[in-house]
Amino acid sequence: MTQAATNVNATPPNVPEEKVSGPWRDAWKAFRKNKTAMVGLGIIVFFVLIALLAPFIAPYGFKEQELVNRLKAPSSAHWFGTDDLGRDLFTRVIYGARISLWVGFFSVIGSIVVGTFLGVLAGFYGKWIDMLISRMFDILLAFPSILLAIAIVAILGPSLQNALYAIAIVNVPTYGRLVRSKVLSLKSEEYVTAARAIGMKNSRILISHILPNSITPIIVQGTLGIATAIIEAAALGFLGLGAQPPDPEWGKMLSDSRQFISKAPWTVLFPGLSIMLTVIGFNLMGDGLRDILDPRMKN
Amino acid sequence: MNSYLLKRVMVLIPVLIGMTIIVFSIIHAIPGDPAETILGQKATEQSKQALREQLGLDKPWLNQYINYMGDLLQGDLGTSIRTKTPIVKEILPYLAATLELTAASMIFATIVGVNVGILSAWRQNSWFDYTAMVIALIGVSMPIFWLGLMEQLIFSLKLDWLPSIGRMDQRNPVESVTNLYVIDTILAGNWSQLWTVIKHLILPSIALGTIPMAIIARMTRSSMLEVMNSDYIRTAKAKGLSQFLVVYKHALKNALIPVLTVIGLQTGALLGGAVLTETIFAWPGVGRYIFEAISSRDYPVIQTGILIIAFIFVFINLLVDLLYSAIDPRINYK
Repeated sequence: MTQAATNVNATPPNVPEEKVSGPWRDAWKAFRKNKTAMVGLGIIVFFVLIALLAPFIAPYGFKEQELVNRLKAPSSAHWFGTDDLGRDLFTRVIYGARISLWVGFFSVIGSIVVGTFLGVLAGFYGKWIDMLISRMFDILLAFPSILLAIAIVAILGPSLQNALYAIAIVNVPTYGRLVRSKVLSLKSEEYVTAARAIGMKNSRILISHILPNSITPIIVQGTLGIATAIIEAAALGFLGLGAQPPDPEWGKMLSDSRQFISKAPWTVLFPGLSIMLTVIGFNLMGDGLRDILDPRMKN
Repeated sequence: MNSYLLKRVMVLIPVLIGMTIIVFSIIHAIPGDPAETILGQKATEQSKQALREQLGLDKPWLNQYINYMGDLLQGDLGTSIRTKTPIVKEILPYLAATLELTAASMIFATIVGVNVGILSAWRQNSWFDYTAMVIALIGVSMPIFWLGLMEQLIFSLKLDWLPSIGRMDQRNPVESVTNLYVIDTILAGNWSQLWTVIKHLILPSIALGTIPMAIIARMTRSSMLEVMNSDYIRTAKAKGLSQFLVVYKHALKNALIPVLTVIGLQTGALLGGAVLTETIFAWPGVGRYIFEAISSRDYPVIQTGILIIAFIFVFINLLVDLLYSAIDPRINYK
């Protein structure tokens, strides 16, 4: 009897560890072990820091022209060389990180907010609402995405802001479908039935049960989505439909410099490399997150 | 199968109608007066009114849409504002050019992608596997317009191996029958010209095909790895079959099913990417046709170009779906 009582009171050795473990902490532990995800995170942190600290790192102003120094090759004064207006490319590439990350991040947030709202409506309420929203998604997905984005910018007029809207709109169905299918499968879970049985309102079931459980696939898709959005924004910029001069957007810098490609190859080399590296960062992190958070999505 | 086909096509009808509504609305969604946007602020009221009448903008919305659909169904795709030519006449050579480029890109992407994927799976965790997958990762993350520029810089401007723009040698034009120059030159038996045409195709099709190539390689690898671990492969190996036969004959057959879906979907996606590739390589395809229309605010051309590409995209997706069931007898749509 006394022995049993001591046993009950004795603290098992693994309790402190259990206290600190939780789904997010476990995910972070797995994340740290995943090399690709960590490399991806490293690249992203690097570019985010560059973007945030741009005014402190950049040696010149991004609009600052020195016409005597047009198309100068990389040197100690201009690490990445200068463009056709004598602007320092290193500075412009650094400021370009701000634009690309800004567009990538906010267009994906926009797509996620609208997509989640529509996906929840469709999945949770079903019937004609589902029918209507799902068909709308089908129609939007039936267009090649860059083409639809081009069409939207052609309507709204070329600007960075409109490019962001276009990219956000084009990607809404991706998140909408994801959330819809997640909501459909969660709706029939026992804990949702239980919540309904105790008289919980629809809105509360949605907010406290369904949405928190749909968040993992959205995070994975969102990370990969930023990569796509950055490329799409650069593509629109390249076609002259995104950022306008003198904004140092990477895609726009490429199209402005392409006529000097044989004379000054550095003018196209560095902006392109930056786009690629950033996109690789988000792709690596997205792949890693998928392996950790959602093993079923893994190929 | 026939009933599935019918059902699948029936589901497509509302999608196609929805697409025409979106494309039709492009001109109506322009903020302000579309006629002024198209003609510019200095245009006279008279010319603006004439344009409104030409485009039917002076009629109620529903009437306009019904007219638009009626014209579409009769094969009238509108008239270009810039060239005053019916679009249906203008667009065919552009469409053929895009088709040729897309086909060449897909051939490149499939041959390289599938084989790299197979070798990577076969020699899993070897240096070949690692290198191939790193290249594939770079490939999916590649802005194709930048890849195109780099190709031009290295292979045309520096090494002078391949032409950087256009479809053929302008001084020695191809007599066009089908507008697919590879086929045209073969039909004419003009082999030196065929070689010129192929040389013009190489750089743009590699630029356009790189992303699908990388995606196909990744998909083939993971699909092959899954199959290579299955019992029947072990049996085939135990029978003493050569590695090559096991991989290319037994494993590939089953691994190819998901790969085919990806190939189909990527073919559709290429049509969008064509806009960028065609701009860089001055390739006279639909993408460039649309792009030029945007810069000159030729909205009927923008509408029709987008609609045609989107319709082809939908059609390819349908084809992939049907192919899927034809290849894998386990999939039964009844």
